[in-house]
Amino acid sequence: MEVKYILDIIYLIASVTFVLGLKMLSHPDTARKGNLYAAFGMALAIIGTILLYNHADGYTTREPIKIILILAAIGIGTIAGWLTARRVQMTKMPELVSLFNGMGGACAAIIGLMEYEHNLGKTGALATIIAGLIIGSVSFSGSIIAFLKLNETMKKPIRIPSYNILNTVVMITLILCGIFIVYTQPEHLLLVVLLFVFALIYGVLFVIPIGGADMPVVISLLNSFTGLAAAFGGFLYQNQVMLTGGILVGSAGTILTLAMCKAMNRPLSNVIFGAFGSGAAAGAGAEVNGSIKDISISDTAILMNYAKKVVIVPGYGLAVAQAQHVIHELELLLEERGVEVVYAIHPVAGRMPGHMNVLLAESNVSYDKLIEMEEINPQFATTDVVLVVGANDVVNPAAKTDPSSPIFGMPILDVENAKNIIVNKRSMNAGYAGIDNLLFYQPKTSMLFGDAKGVLSKLVNELKQM
Amino acid sequence: MLNEIINFLGENIQMIYIIILSVFVGVEVIGKVPAVLHTPLMSGANAIHGVVIVGAIIVMLNTPAENILALALGFVAVVFGTLNVVGGFAVTDRMLEMFKKKK
Repeated sequence: MEVKYILDIIYLIASVTFVLGLKMLSHPDTARKGNLYAAFGMALAIIGTILLYNHADGYTTREPIKIILILAAIGIGTIAGWLTARRVQMTKMPELVSLFNGMGGACAAIIGLMEYEHNLGKTGALATIIAGLIIGSVSFSGSIIAFLKLNETMKKPIRIPSYNILNTVVMITLILCGIFIVYTQPEHLLLVVLLFVFALIYGVLFVIPIGGADMPVVISLLNSFTGLAAAFGGFLYQNQVMLTGGILVGSAGTILTLAMCKAMNRPLSNVIFGAFGSGAAAGAGAEVNGSIKDISISDTAILMNYAKKVVIVPGYGLAVAQAQHVIHELELLLEERGVEVVYAIHPVAGRMPGHMNVLLAESNVSYDKLIEMEEINPQFATTDVVLVVGANDVVNPAAKTDPSSPIFGMPILDVENAKNIIVNKRSMNAGYAGIDNLLFYQPKTSMLFGDAKGVLSKLVNELKQM
Repeated sequence: MLNEIINFLGENIQMIYIIILSVFVGVEVIGKVPAVLHTPLMSGANAIHGVVIVGAIIVMLNTPAENILALALGFVAVVFGTLNVVGGFAVTDRMLEMFKKKK
Protein backbone atom coordinates (compact mmCIF):
# COMPACT_ATOMS: atom_id res chain seq x y z
CA MET A 1 0.00 0.00 0.00
CA GLU A 2 1.31 3.40 -0.92
CA VAL A 3 0.86 6.55 1.14
CA LYS A 4 0.05 8.39 -2.06
CA TYR A 5 -3.07 6.29 -2.53
CA ILE A 6 -4.40 7.29 0.87
CA LEU A 7 -4.03 10.95 -0.07
CA ASP A 8 -5.70 10.25 -3.42
CA ILE A 9 -8.65 8.69 -1.61
CA ILE A 10 -8.85 11.67 0.76
CA TYR A 11 -8.93 13.99 -2.24
CA LEU A 12 -11.65 11.86 -3.80
CA ILE A 13 -13.77 12.12 -0.65
CA ALA A 14 -13.19 15.88 -0.50
CA SER A 15 -14.20 16.29 -4.16
CA VAL A 16 -17.41 14.36 -3.52
CA THR A 17 -18.22 16.54 -0.50
CA PHE A 18 -17.79 19.64 -2.70
CA VAL A 19 -20.26 18.38 -5.29
CA LEU A 20 -22.64 17.17 -2.60
CA GLY A 21 -22.25 20.43 -0.68
CA LEU A 22 -23.09 22.56 -3.70
CA LYS A 23 -26.04 20.31 -4.50
CA MET A 24 -27.40 20.55 -0.95
CA LEU A 25 -26.82 24.30 -0.90
CA SER A 26 -29.49 24.58 -3.56
CA HIS A 27 -32.32 23.52 -1.21
CA PRO A 28 -33.35 25.59 1.79
CA ASP A 29 -33.79 22.51 4.00
CA THR A 30 -30.41 20.95 3.32
CA ALA A 31 -28.32 24.05 2.62
CA ARG A 32 -26.71 24.35 6.01
CA LYS A 33 -25.73 20.70 6.12
CA GLY A 34 -24.32 20.98 2.61
CA ASN A 35 -22.07 23.82 3.65
CA LEU A 36 -20.81 21.78 6.60
CA TYR A 37 -20.14 18.74 4.39
CA ALA A 38 -18.03 20.85 2.05
CA ALA A 39 -16.20 22.38 5.01
CA PHE A 40 -15.50 18.90 6.37
CA GLY A 41 -14.13 17.80 2.99
CA MET A 42 -11.95 20.89 2.86
CA ALA A 43 -10.52 20.22 6.33
CA LEU A 44 -9.79 16.63 5.31
CA ALA A 45 -7.99 17.78 2.15
CA ILE A 46 -5.89 20.32 4.07
CA ILE A 47 -4.87 17.92 6.85
CA GLY A 48 -4.19 15.16 4.32
CA THR A 49 -1.94 17.43 2.28
CA ILE A 50 0.09 18.54 5.29
CA LEU A 51 0.64 14.97 6.50
CA LEU A 52 0.80 12.87 3.35
CA TYR A 53 1.73 14.94 0.29
CA ASN A 54 4.96 14.00 -1.46
CA HIS A 55 6.36 15.36 -4.69
CA ALA A 56 6.98 12.68 -7.29
CA ASP A 57 10.64 13.74 -7.61
CA GLY A 58 11.19 13.93 -3.86
CA TYR A 59 11.35 17.71 -3.36
CA THR A 60 9.09 17.47 -0.36
CA THR A 61 10.67 17.79 3.06
CA ARG A 62 9.04 18.23 6.45
CA GLU A 63 11.47 20.20 8.59
CA PRO A 64 9.84 21.26 11.87
CA ILE A 65 10.24 24.95 10.99
CA LYS A 66 8.17 24.54 7.84
CA ILE A 67 5.40 22.60 9.56
CA ILE A 68 5.32 25.21 12.34
CA LEU A 69 5.08 28.01 9.76
CA ILE A 70 2.25 26.26 7.92
CA LEU A 71 0.31 25.61 11.11
CA ALA A 72 0.90 29.18 12.31
CA ALA A 73 -0.35 30.57 9.00
CA ILE A 74 -3.45 28.39 9.19
CA GLY A 75 -3.97 29.45 12.80
CA ILE A 76 -3.77 33.16 11.97
CA GLY A 77 -6.06 32.78 8.97
CA THR A 78 -8.57 30.73 10.95
CA ILE A 79 -8.83 33.17 13.84
CA ALA A 80 -8.99 36.25 11.61
CA GLY A 81 -11.44 34.65 9.15
CA TRP A 82 -13.68 33.25 11.88
CA LEU A 83 -13.88 36.47 13.86
CA THR A 84 -14.59 38.63 10.82
CA ALA A 85 -17.24 36.23 9.55
CA ARG A 86 -18.96 36.00 12.93
CA ARG A 87 -18.91 39.69 13.73
CA VAL A 88 -19.72 41.36 10.45
CA GLN A 89 -23.17 42.87 10.08
CA MET A 90 -25.36 41.03 7.64
CA THR A 91 -25.74 44.14 5.50
CA LYS A 92 -21.97 44.10 4.98
CA MET A 93 -22.07 40.53 3.71
CA PRO A 94 -21.45 41.20 0.00
CA GLU A 95 -18.23 43.10 0.58
CA LEU A 96 -17.02 40.39 2.93
CA VAL A 97 -17.56 37.70 0.30
CA SER A 98 -15.66 39.93 -2.09
CA LEU A 99 -12.78 40.30 0.35
CA PHE A 100 -12.51 36.55 0.99
CA ASN A 101 -12.65 35.98 -2.74
CA GLY A 102 -9.74 38.37 -3.20
CA MET A 103 -7.73 36.40 -0.64
CA GLY A 104 -8.20 33.23 -2.68
CA GLY A 105 -7.09 35.06 -5.81
CA ALA A 106 -3.98 36.39 -4.08
CA CYS A 107 -3.17 32.90 -2.84
CA ALA A 108 -3.35 31.55 -6.41
CA ALA A 109 -1.20 34.42 -7.72
CA ILE A 110 1.53 33.83 -5.13
CA ILE A 111 1.61 30.13 -6.00
CA GLY A 112 2.21 31.14 -9.61
CA LEU A 113 5.05 33.50 -8.65
CA MET A 114 6.74 30.79 -6.61
CA GLU A 115 6.35 27.90 -9.02
CA TYR A 116 7.65 29.74 -12.09
CA GLU A 117 11.33 29.06 -11.50
CA HIS A 118 10.80 25.38 -10.73
CA ASN A 119 9.11 24.76 -14.02
CA LEU A 120 11.45 26.42 -16.52
CA GLY A 121 11.73 24.30 -19.64
CA LYS A 122 8.25 22.82 -19.33
CA THR A 123 6.08 24.85 -21.69
CA GLY A 124 2.77 23.28 -20.67
CA ALA A 125 3.38 23.75 -16.96
CA LEU A 126 4.56 27.34 -17.48
CA ALA A 127 1.46 28.20 -19.49
CA THR A 128 -0.65 26.86 -16.61
CA ILE A 129 1.35 28.86 -14.07
CA ILE A 130 1.15 32.10 -16.02
CA ALA A 131 -2.59 31.68 -16.62
CA GLY A 132 -3.20 31.04 -12.92
CA LEU A 133 -1.00 33.99 -12.00
CA ILE A 134 -2.83 36.41 -14.30
CA ILE A 135 -6.34 35.29 -13.33
CA GLY A 136 -5.53 35.14 -9.63
CA SER A 137 -4.05 38.65 -9.65
CA VAL A 138 -6.95 40.15 -11.59
CA SER A 139 -9.36 38.48 -9.19
CA PHE A 140 -7.42 39.79 -6.20
CA SER A 141 -7.16 43.46 -7.16
CA GLY A 142 -10.64 43.45 -8.71
CA SER A 143 -12.17 42.02 -5.52
CA ILE A 144 -10.41 44.59 -3.38
CA ILE A 145 -11.82 47.41 -5.54
CA ALA A 146 -15.28 45.80 -5.36
CA PHE A 147 -14.85 45.61 -1.59
CA LEU A 148 -13.92 49.30 -1.36
CA LYS A 149 -16.82 50.29 -3.57
CA LEU A 150 -19.41 48.33 -1.58
CA ASN A 151 -17.83 49.67 1.57
CA GLU A 152 -18.46 53.12 0.14
CA THR A 153 -14.82 54.04 0.67
CA MET A 154 -14.84 54.56 -3.05
CA LYS A 155 -18.16 56.11 -3.92
CA LYS A 156 -18.71 57.23 -7.48
CA PRO A 157 -17.89 55.14 -10.51
CA ILE A 158 -14.66 56.57 -11.86
CA ARG A 159 -14.74 57.44 -15.52
CA ILE A 160 -11.57 57.18 -17.47
CA PRO A 161 -11.54 58.74 -20.95
CA SER A 162 -11.75 56.15 -23.76
CA TYR A 163 -11.97 53.58 -21.04
CA ASN A 164 -13.06 50.66 -23.23
CA ILE A 165 -10.12 51.13 -25.58
CA LEU A 166 -7.65 51.47 -22.73
CA ASN A 167 -9.06 48.40 -21.03
CA THR A 168 -8.91 46.31 -24.17
CA VAL A 169 -5.34 47.43 -24.89
CA VAL A 170 -4.26 46.52 -21.36
CA MET A 171 -5.97 43.14 -21.61
CA ILE A 172 -4.39 42.28 -24.96
CA THR A 173 -0.97 43.42 -23.74
CA LEU A 174 -1.40 41.25 -20.68
CA ILE A 175 -2.20 38.17 -22.76
CA LEU A 176 0.65 38.88 -25.21
CA CYS A 177 3.11 39.34 -22.33
CA GLY A 178 1.92 36.04 -20.87
CA ILE A 179 2.45 34.24 -24.18
CA PHE A 180 5.84 35.93 -24.60
CA ILE A 181 6.99 34.73 -21.18
CA VAL A 182 5.81 31.18 -21.77
CA TYR A 183 7.71 31.10 -25.07
CA THR A 184 10.97 32.80 -24.16
CA GLN A 185 11.05 31.48 -20.57
CA PRO A 186 13.30 34.18 -19.12
CA GLU A 187 15.28 32.81 -16.19
CA HIS A 188 15.06 36.04 -14.29
CA LEU A 189 11.87 36.52 -12.32
CA LEU A 190 11.67 40.26 -13.09
CA LEU A 191 9.44 39.87 -16.13
CA VAL A 192 7.09 37.59 -14.24
CA VAL A 193 6.83 40.08 -11.40
CA LEU A 194 6.08 42.81 -13.95
CA LEU A 195 3.36 40.63 -15.41
CA PHE A 196 1.96 40.18 -11.91
CA VAL A 197 1.88 43.96 -11.34
CA PHE A 198 0.34 44.51 -14.74
CA ALA A 199 -2.39 41.96 -13.98
CA LEU A 200 -3.11 43.74 -10.69
CA ILE A 201 -3.52 47.01 -12.58
CA TYR A 202 -5.85 45.34 -15.05
CA GLY A 203 -8.01 44.06 -12.19
CA VAL A 204 -8.34 47.62 -10.88
CA LEU A 205 -9.16 49.00 -14.33
CA PHE A 206 -11.67 46.20 -14.86
CA VAL A 207 -13.79 47.00 -11.81
CA ILE A 208 -13.25 50.70 -11.21
CA PRO A 209 -15.73 52.15 -13.73
CA ILE A 210 -18.54 49.74 -12.80
CA GLY A 211 -21.33 51.20 -10.67
CA GLY A 212 -22.23 49.92 -7.23
CA ALA A 213 -25.54 48.46 -8.43
CA ASP A 214 -23.68 46.05 -10.68
CA MET A 215 -21.16 45.02 -8.06
CA PRO A 216 -22.86 41.68 -7.22
CA VAL A 217 -22.48 40.58 -10.82
CA VAL A 218 -18.82 41.57 -10.73
CA ILE A 219 -18.20 39.73 -7.46
CA SER A 220 -19.88 36.63 -8.82
CA LEU A 221 -17.74 36.87 -11.95
CA LEU A 222 -14.53 37.33 -9.95
CA ASN A 223 -15.65 34.40 -7.80
CA SER A 224 -15.61 32.16 -10.83
CA PHE A 225 -12.25 33.68 -11.87
CA THR A 226 -10.71 32.61 -8.58
CA GLY A 227 -12.21 29.15 -9.10
CA LEU A 228 -10.47 29.03 -12.45
CA ALA A 229 -7.18 30.17 -10.92
CA ALA A 230 -7.44 27.39 -8.32
CA ALA A 231 -8.13 24.90 -11.10
CA PHE A 232 -4.95 25.98 -12.93
CA GLY A 233 -3.06 25.27 -9.73
CA GLY A 234 -4.71 21.85 -9.60
CA PHE A 235 -3.66 21.17 -13.17
CA LEU A 236 -0.10 22.14 -12.39
CA TYR A 237 0.17 19.80 -9.41
CA GLN A 238 -2.00 17.09 -10.99
CA ASN A 239 -4.06 17.63 -7.86
CA GLN A 240 -7.60 16.37 -8.34
CA VAL A 241 -9.22 18.11 -5.40
CA MET A 242 -7.97 21.55 -6.45
CA LEU A 243 -9.05 20.80 -9.98
CA THR A 244 -12.58 19.66 -9.17
CA GLY A 245 -13.09 22.35 -6.52
CA GLY A 246 -11.82 25.09 -8.81
CA ILE A 247 -13.70 24.01 -11.92
CA LEU A 248 -16.93 23.45 -10.00
CA VAL A 249 -16.82 26.99 -8.68
CA GLY A 250 -15.72 28.30 -12.06
CA SER A 251 -18.68 26.80 -13.90
CA ALA A 252 -21.23 27.26 -11.10
CA GLY A 253 -20.06 30.86 -10.65
CA THR A 254 -20.49 31.57 -14.34
CA ILE A 255 -24.06 30.22 -14.28
CA LEU A 256 -24.81 32.27 -11.19
CA THR A 257 -23.38 35.40 -12.83
CA LEU A 258 -25.58 34.89 -15.87
CA ALA A 259 -28.61 34.28 -13.64
CA MET A 260 -27.99 37.61 -11.92
CA CYS A 261 -27.63 39.41 -15.24
CA LYS A 262 -30.89 37.82 -16.36
CA ALA A 263 -32.65 39.10 -13.24
CA MET A 264 -31.53 42.62 -14.14
CA ASN A 265 -32.26 42.00 -17.81
CA ARG A 266 -28.85 43.20 -18.90
CA PRO A 267 -26.35 41.20 -20.89
CA LEU A 268 -23.05 40.61 -19.10
CA SER A 269 -21.17 42.63 -21.71
CA ASN A 270 -23.39 45.58 -20.86
CA VAL A 271 -22.46 45.34 -17.19
CA ILE A 272 -18.76 45.18 -17.93
CA PHE A 273 -18.42 47.59 -20.82
CA GLY A 274 -21.43 49.89 -20.62
CA ALA A 275 -21.24 51.95 -17.48
CA PHE A 276 -24.61 52.47 -15.84
CA GLY A 277 -26.64 55.67 -15.65
CA SER A 278 -24.05 57.82 -17.34
CA GLY A 279 -25.05 61.44 -18.04
CA ALA A 280 -26.87 60.95 -21.35
CA ALA A 281 -29.13 58.14 -20.17
CA ALA A 282 -30.21 59.90 -16.99
CA GLY A 283 -31.35 62.99 -18.88
CA ALA A 284 -33.22 61.02 -21.52
CA GLY A 285 -36.00 59.77 -19.23
CA ALA A 286 -39.58 60.76 -19.97
CA GLU A 287 -40.80 64.05 -18.64
CA VAL A 288 -42.17 64.00 -15.16
CA ASN A 289 -45.82 64.94 -14.86
CA GLY A 290 -47.91 65.30 -11.74
CA SER A 291 -46.80 66.07 -8.28
CA ILE A 292 -45.62 64.36 -5.16
CA LYS A 293 -48.18 63.70 -2.43
CA ASP A 294 -47.19 63.43 1.22
CA ILE A 295 -48.91 61.20 3.75
CA SER A 296 -48.74 61.44 7.55
CA ILE A 297 -47.89 58.57 9.84
CA SER A 298 -51.34 58.45 11.40
CA ASP A 299 -53.02 58.33 7.99
CA THR A 300 -50.70 55.49 7.01
CA ALA A 301 -51.60 53.65 10.21
CA ILE A 302 -55.32 54.02 9.54
CA LEU A 303 -54.95 52.90 5.95
CA MET A 304 -53.04 49.81 6.99
CA ASN A 305 -55.26 48.99 9.95
CA TYR A 306 -58.33 48.73 7.75
CA ALA A 307 -56.64 46.98 4.86
CA LYS A 308 -57.25 43.33 4.07
CA LYS A 309 -53.95 42.73 2.45
CA VAL A 310 -50.64 44.59 2.79
CA VAL A 311 -47.56 43.83 0.69
CA ILE A 312 -44.22 45.10 1.91
CA VAL A 313 -41.55 45.76 -0.71
CA PRO A 314 -38.22 45.89 1.11
CA GLY A 315 -35.10 47.35 -0.49
CA TYR A 316 -31.55 47.87 0.54
CA GLY A 317 -32.50 51.18 2.17
CA LEU A 318 -34.39 49.14 4.76
CA ALA A 319 -31.27 47.25 5.65
CA VAL A 320 -29.07 50.34 5.70
CA ALA A 321 -31.45 51.93 8.20
CA GLN A 322 -31.33 48.67 10.25
CA ALA A 323 -35.11 48.56 10.10
CA GLN A 324 -35.53 44.80 9.49
CA HIS A 325 -36.63 44.21 13.08
CA VAL A 326 -39.16 47.05 13.17
CA ILE A 327 -40.72 45.92 9.95
CA HIS A 328 -41.15 42.44 11.40
CA GLU A 329 -42.86 44.02 14.41
CA LEU A 330 -45.17 45.93 12.07
CA GLU A 331 -45.94 42.70 10.24
CA LEU A 332 -46.85 40.86 13.47
CA LEU A 333 -48.99 43.74 14.69
CA LEU A 334 -50.97 43.87 11.46
CA GLU A 335 -51.38 40.10 11.40
CA GLU A 336 -52.82 40.26 14.91
CA ARG A 337 -55.51 42.50 13.55
CA GLY A 338 -56.37 40.15 10.76
CA VAL A 339 -54.46 41.89 7.99
CA GLU A 340 -52.70 39.57 5.59
CA VAL A 341 -49.06 40.67 5.27
CA VAL A 342 -46.45 39.32 2.87
CA TYR A 343 -43.13 40.55 1.53
CA ALA A 344 -42.47 40.95 -2.19
CA ILE A 345 -38.89 40.02 -2.97
CA HIS A 346 -37.39 41.24 -6.21
CA PRO A 347 -34.59 38.96 -7.47
CA VAL A 348 -32.00 41.72 -7.09
CA ALA A 349 -33.37 43.31 -3.92
CA GLY A 350 -30.51 44.13 -1.59
CA ARG A 351 -27.01 44.03 -2.90
CA MET A 352 -26.98 40.45 -4.12
CA PRO A 353 -29.70 38.09 -5.28
CA GLY A 354 -31.17 36.56 -2.15
CA HIS A 355 -29.51 39.14 0.08
CA MET A 356 -32.86 40.54 1.19
CA ASN A 357 -34.02 37.07 2.24
CA VAL A 358 -30.97 36.72 4.43
CA LEU A 359 -31.53 40.13 5.98
CA LEU A 360 -35.19 39.46 6.73
CA ALA A 361 -34.47 35.96 7.99
CA GLU A 362 -32.07 37.59 10.44
CA SER A 363 -35.00 39.37 12.06
CA ASN A 364 -37.09 36.16 12.24
CA VAL A 365 -39.42 36.87 9.33
CA SER A 366 -40.89 33.50 8.39
CA TYR A 367 -39.52 32.01 5.19
CA ASP A 368 -42.95 31.43 3.61
CA LYS A 369 -43.87 35.12 3.89
CA LEU A 370 -41.17 36.03 1.40
CA ILE A 371 -42.85 35.84 -1.99
CA GLU A 372 -40.80 35.91 -5.17
CA MET A 373 -41.58 38.31 -8.00
CA GLU A 374 -43.34 35.94 -10.44
CA GLU A 375 -45.67 34.76 -7.73
CA ILE A 376 -46.49 38.13 -6.16
CA ASN A 377 -47.01 40.19 -9.31
CA PRO A 378 -50.54 38.86 -10.08
CA GLN A 379 -51.50 39.46 -6.44
CA PHE A 380 -50.97 43.23 -6.48
CA ALA A 381 -54.38 43.78 -8.10
CA THR A 382 -56.06 42.46 -4.93
CA THR A 383 -53.72 44.27 -2.57
CA ASP A 384 -55.00 47.22 -0.56
CA VAL A 385 -51.76 48.77 0.55
CA VAL A 386 -48.24 48.37 -0.78
CA LEU A 387 -45.53 49.68 1.51
CA VAL A 388 -42.26 50.31 -0.33
CA VAL A 389 -39.37 50.72 2.09
CA GLY A 390 -35.98 51.75 0.80
CA ALA A 391 -36.55 50.28 -2.66
CA ASN A 392 -36.62 52.32 -5.83
CA ASP A 393 -35.41 50.87 -9.12
CA VAL A 394 -37.21 47.53 -8.62
CA VAL A 395 -40.58 49.33 -8.60
CA ASN A 396 -39.82 51.88 -11.32
CA PRO A 397 -42.42 51.60 -14.10
CA ALA A 398 -39.92 53.17 -16.51
CA ALA A 399 -38.48 49.68 -16.82
CA LYS A 400 -41.64 48.75 -18.73
CA THR A 401 -42.68 51.97 -20.41
CA ASP A 402 -39.60 54.02 -21.22
CA PRO A 403 -37.20 52.50 -23.78
CA SER A 404 -34.71 55.30 -23.14
CA SER A 405 -34.35 54.40 -19.47
CA PRO A 406 -31.18 52.56 -18.51
CA ILE A 407 -33.23 49.98 -16.63
CA PHE A 408 -35.66 49.45 -19.53
CA GLY A 409 -36.54 45.76 -19.80
CA MET A 410 -35.67 44.85 -16.23
CA PRO A 411 -38.55 42.85 -14.73
CA ILE A 412 -40.09 44.86 -11.89
CA LEU A 413 -42.65 44.42 -9.14
CA ASP A 414 -46.02 45.64 -10.49
CA VAL A 415 -46.89 47.66 -7.40
CA GLU A 416 -48.81 50.23 -9.45
CA ASN A 417 -51.69 47.70 -9.70
CA ALA A 418 -52.40 47.97 -5.97
CA LYS A 419 -55.08 50.26 -4.55
CA ASN A 420 -52.71 52.39 -2.46
CA ILE A 421 -48.98 52.72 -2.65
CA ILE A 422 -47.00 54.19 0.21
CA VAL A 423 -43.34 54.85 -0.42
CA ASN A 424 -40.96 55.42 2.44
CA LYS A 425 -37.83 57.24 1.34
CA ARG A 426 -35.31 59.36 3.07
CA SER A 427 -35.50 62.10 0.47
CA MET A 428 -36.31 62.64 -3.19
CA ASN A 429 -32.84 61.56 -4.32
CA ALA A 430 -32.78 59.21 -7.26
CA GLY A 431 -32.26 55.48 -6.65
CA TYR A 432 -29.09 53.47 -6.84
CA ALA A 433 -29.15 53.50 -10.61
CA GLY A 434 -29.47 57.29 -10.53
CA ILE A 435 -32.79 57.61 -12.34
CA ASP A 436 -36.07 59.29 -11.53
CA ASN A 437 -39.05 57.12 -10.57
CA LEU A 438 -42.41 57.90 -12.18
CA LEU A 439 -44.19 55.77 -9.59
CA PHE A 440 -43.77 58.54 -7.02
CA TYR A 441 -45.79 60.95 -9.16
CA GLN A 442 -48.84 58.71 -9.63
CA PRO A 443 -52.10 59.74 -7.96
CA LYS A 444 -52.30 56.44 -6.07
CA THR A 445 -48.88 56.94 -4.55
CA SER A 446 -48.20 58.74 -1.28
CA MET A 447 -44.76 59.53 0.03
CA LEU A 448 -43.78 58.92 3.63
CA PHE A 449 -40.50 60.76 4.02
CA GLY A 450 -37.98 59.99 6.74
CA ASP A 451 -35.47 57.46 7.98
CA ALA A 452 -36.97 53.97 7.63
CA LYS A 453 -36.32 52.92 11.20
CA GLY A 454 -37.71 56.09 12.75
CA VAL A 455 -40.79 56.20 10.54
CA LEU A 456 -41.60 52.52 11.02
CA SER A 457 -41.21 52.73 14.80
CA LYS A 458 -43.63 55.65 14.89
CA LEU A 459 -46.00 53.71 12.67
CA VAL A 460 -45.86 50.72 15.02
CA ASN A 461 -46.60 52.98 18.01
CA GLU A 462 -49.47 54.62 16.19
CA LEU A 463 -50.95 51.24 15.35
CA LYS A 464 -50.63 50.03 18.92
CA GLN A 465 -52.80 52.91 20.09
CA MET A 466 -55.56 52.13 17.63
CA MET B 1 3.77 23.51 -32.29
CA LEU B 2 0.77 21.30 -33.09
CA ASN B 3 2.83 18.34 -31.96
CA GLU B 4 3.48 20.01 -28.63
CA ILE B 5 -0.20 20.72 -28.05
CA ILE B 6 -1.20 17.14 -28.85
CA ASN B 7 1.49 15.81 -26.54
CA PHE B 8 0.38 18.16 -23.79
CA LEU B 9 -3.25 17.08 -24.12
CA GLY B 10 -2.29 13.40 -24.28
CA GLU B 11 -0.11 13.56 -21.20
CA ASN B 12 -2.84 15.26 -19.21
CA ILE B 13 -5.84 13.49 -20.63
CA GLN B 14 -7.17 12.37 -17.24
CA MET B 15 -7.06 15.90 -15.88
CA ILE B 16 -8.89 17.12 -18.97
CA TYR B 17 -11.61 14.53 -18.41
CA ILE B 18 -12.03 15.80 -14.85
CA ILE B 19 -12.24 19.40 -16.08
CA ILE B 20 -14.89 18.72 -18.69
CA LEU B 21 -17.03 16.55 -16.43
CA SER B 22 -16.71 19.04 -13.55
CA VAL B 23 -17.92 21.84 -15.78
CA PHE B 24 -21.10 19.91 -16.47
CA VAL B 25 -21.53 18.90 -12.83
CA GLY B 26 -21.15 22.55 -11.76
CA VAL B 27 -23.75 23.73 -14.25
CA GLU B 28 -26.20 20.93 -13.40
CA VAL B 29 -25.91 21.32 -9.65
CA ILE B 30 -26.46 25.08 -9.73
CA GLY B 31 -29.09 25.15 -12.45
CA LYS B 32 -32.12 24.69 -10.19
CA VAL B 33 -31.25 26.97 -7.28
CA PRO B 34 -34.07 29.26 -6.12
CA ALA B 35 -33.14 32.96 -6.08
CA VAL B 36 -33.48 33.04 -2.29
CA LEU B 37 -30.37 30.93 -1.98
CA HIS B 38 -28.20 32.78 -4.48
CA THR B 39 -26.28 34.73 -1.88
CA PRO B 40 -25.48 31.77 0.41
CA LEU B 41 -24.62 29.73 -2.65
CA MET B 42 -22.21 32.33 -3.96
CA SER B 43 -20.65 32.52 -0.53
CA GLY B 44 -20.42 28.72 -0.27
CA ALA B 45 -18.85 28.46 -3.72
CA ASN B 46 -16.45 31.19 -2.66
CA ALA B 47 -15.36 29.04 0.28
CA ILE B 48 -14.87 26.00 -1.95
CA HIS B 49 -12.41 27.73 -4.27
CA GLY B 50 -10.39 28.30 -1.13
CA VAL B 51 -9.14 24.79 -1.94
CA VAL B 52 -6.32 26.73 -3.59
CA ILE B 53 -4.81 26.64 -0.08
CA VAL B 54 -3.83 23.02 -0.80
CA GLY B 55 -1.57 24.43 -3.52
CA ALA B 56 -0.06 26.94 -1.11
CA ILE B 57 0.71 24.16 1.38
CA ILE B 58 2.30 22.07 -1.38
CA VAL B 59 4.51 25.00 -2.40
CA MET B 60 5.69 25.38 1.18
CA LEU B 61 6.36 21.67 1.59
CA ASN B 62 8.43 21.67 -1.61
CA THR B 63 10.46 24.75 -0.65
CA PRO B 64 13.88 24.13 0.97
CA ALA B 65 13.86 25.34 4.58
CA GLU B 66 16.81 27.70 3.85
CA ASN B 67 14.89 29.73 1.29
CA ILE B 68 13.49 32.34 3.66
CA LEU B 69 11.97 34.59 1.01
CA ALA B 70 10.04 31.72 -0.53
CA LEU B 71 8.90 30.50 2.87
CA ALA B 72 7.67 33.99 3.76
CA LEU B 73 5.73 34.25 0.50
CA GLY B 74 4.28 30.79 1.05
CA PHE B 75 3.32 31.77 4.59
CA VAL B 76 1.36 34.75 3.26
CA ALA B 77 -0.31 32.53 0.66
CA VAL B 78 -1.40 30.01 3.32
CA VAL B 79 -2.81 32.83 5.50
CA PHE B 80 -4.77 34.19 2.51
CA GLY B 81 -6.02 30.73 1.57
CA THR B 82 -7.14 30.00 5.14
CA LEU B 83 -8.98 33.33 5.30
CA ASN B 84 -10.81 32.36 2.13
CA VAL B 85 -11.72 28.89 3.43
CA VAL B 86 -12.59 29.59 7.07
CA GLY B 87 -14.17 32.99 6.49
CA GLY B 88 -16.13 31.67 3.54
CA PHE B 89 -17.59 28.64 5.30
CA ALA B 90 -18.24 30.54 8.54
CA VAL B 91 -20.12 33.38 6.88
CA THR B 92 -22.16 30.95 4.76
CA ASP B 93 -23.09 29.01 7.88
CA ARG B 94 -24.11 32.20 9.61
CA MET B 95 -26.40 33.11 6.74
CA LEU B 96 -27.98 29.68 6.56
CA GLU B 97 -28.48 29.52 10.30
CA MET B 98 -31.09 32.24 9.83
CA PHE B 99 -33.07 30.20 7.34
CA LYS B 100 -33.96 27.66 9.97
CA LYS B 101 -37.71 27.34 10.34
CA LYS B 102 -38.81 29.46 13.24
CA LYS B 103 -42.08 28.70 14.87
